[in-house]
Amino acid sequence: MSQLPPSWQHVGRHELFPEAGHDDTARFDFLANLNGLLAGQLAPKVRTAYEQEVKPAFEKREGRVPATRHEVRKAMATNTAYQNWSALRRSSMEMRQQTGRRLVLGQLDALIDKAERRNAEPGLVLDPNIEQPRYAAAVDIHCMPGGYHGELTDHDVSAGANYDSGIFATTGGMLGRYNDGGGQAIARWLARDYPDFKPKRILDIGCTIGHNIVPLAQHFPDAEVIAVDTAAPVLRYGHARARAMGVENIVFRQANGESLDYPNAHFDLITTSMFWHETSAKALPRIMNEIHRLLAPGGLTVHLEQPQYHEGMDPFEQFMRDWDAYNNNEPFWSVMHSYDLGEMMRAAGFSDAEYFETGIRAWVDAAIFPEAGSGEEDYGRSAQWTAFGAWKEAT
Amino acid sequence: MTDSGIDPVLAAAAKAKGKRPWFFKDPDVERVLNITMALAMELAVTRQRLDVLERLLDQRGVLARQDIEQFTPEADAEQERQQWNRDYIARVLRILIQSAEGESAEAAGVDQAMEAVMDELTRM
Ligand SMILES: C[S@@+](CC[C@H](N)C(=O)[O-])C[C@H]1O[C@@H](n2cnc3c(N)ncnc32)[C@H](O)[C@@H]1O
Repeated sequence: MSQLPPSWQHVGRHELFPEAGHDDTARFDFLANLNGLLAGQLAPKVRTAYEQEVKPAFEKREGRVPATRHEVRKAMATNTAYQNWSALRRSSMEMRQQTGRRLVLGQLDALIDKAERRNAEPGLVLDPNIEQPRYAAAVDIHCMPGGYHGELTDHDVSAGANYDSGIFATTGGMLGRYNDGGGQAIARWLARDYPDFKPKRILDIGCTIGHNIVPLAQHFPDAEVIAVDTAAPVLRYGHARARAMGVENIVFRQANGESLDYPNAHFDLITTSMFWHETSAKALPRIMNEIHRLLAPGGLTVHLEQPQYHEGMDPFEQFMRDWDAYNNNEPFWSVMHSYDLGEMMRAAGFSDAEYFETGIRAWVDAAIFPEAGSGEEDYGRSAQWTAFGAWKEAT
Repeated sequence: MTDSGIDPVLAAAAKAKGKRPWFFKDPDVERVLNITMALAMELAVTRQRLDVLERLLDQRGVLARQDIEQFTPEADAEQERQQWNRDYIARVLRILIQSAEGESAEAAGVDQAMEAVMDELTRM
């Protein structure tokens, strides 16, 4: 028996969180279970179809097995198991968006009022001159109509509220009640392995609504935290959310990570979470250069990302991981996940000696997965990411 | 409508920017799948609501959930309930019932082309 996803009733609420009724919970619970079936039962059938039908047919025709994920994709396109799985997956994504948007848009005026009240407190710095980069606006990333930046009305927060409400269901609760398991994991890792590291200034790039920077701001209450994003609606919601959660040491600022106006060596800790795959081949090195410039000697930069495609990874495995790139509007996903992370950081000026790369698990509270116990050992229930970065040499 | 003049029903159903992939040979089939999945979700919502009702009625001593499990209708109620099932199934499967009719031999005439009938009527 596979583990049932926790009901959406456990999602972490705060003042800004959309007010939901029975049916909203039931819709998200349906979606979480549908995703569970797609990942747990139907995805393995896609692999079987590949191994038993598609690959042998390809081999017969070509005299060799598919060599790249692109060959696998072409060969799989007409396979029924793949079509069923994909059509349902796309449908599930679209239903998730509609469910969250309907929940949010039905109470948009009230949400905007609540956000405006919180945002009157200092800590939100918007800049209407910031343009959305092409890579953030060419398509609506993971099928969110309007993307992170679209505004339906003045002071709009709907993109942020929609993002906050649905992510618990799409991840099956694996990021924790407040969807902050990544930030929690980094805070715990630092507390355990580097108890003396006390950053004074922290920067988070591409913060969205601040899910993963809030735990770090809480962990370092004396630090001054700057969280930047190019999209205003998520910043408005994120700042109001942080305030509502009692977090007052983060400034949410509308700015582009490719070019920031802080002086050299200004920050002791610079983070990103699930960010790089939503940039571009030109923007990524620019942002990494900025990080190298902005990081103080002795400082740390750390990044959480989905696992990379590694050299020699089975083309079928790569093809499956590529699904979101092609079918869930994640156009830079495949390219970014084929990069050599160490090389990416070396190009920005970090040395081999400074660089590190490791696997890290989201920290999930026992409240949603009681059997997971202390959070030290979670029996594979939480999300597994790559954490990479560098400790900049002290001069 | 919100004060800002947004229609939440239609705005919630907006399409994401970017070409939608279609996976089935026939996109019409995939459209039907999407409608079916939305209905499946709404059915789940209704079932969950019913479940809440049963539990609340049980908790408040109005009925025991066992009463529902062990409910054995009297003859009249049994007839009504079976009739309801028959009716319901015919509504859901209308399209299949109709195409099966068209295919049966006795049904000659059921599937006459409209053009043929038009011609015929202009001649008589
Ligand atoms: C997947 S989200 C990141 C999630 C977030 N870090 C978290 O932990 O929940 C990517 C975000 O990066 C933002 N973004 C994209 N390009 C950017 C840039 N050049 N500078 C700042 N933010 C950017 C997008 O607006 C979006 O909110």
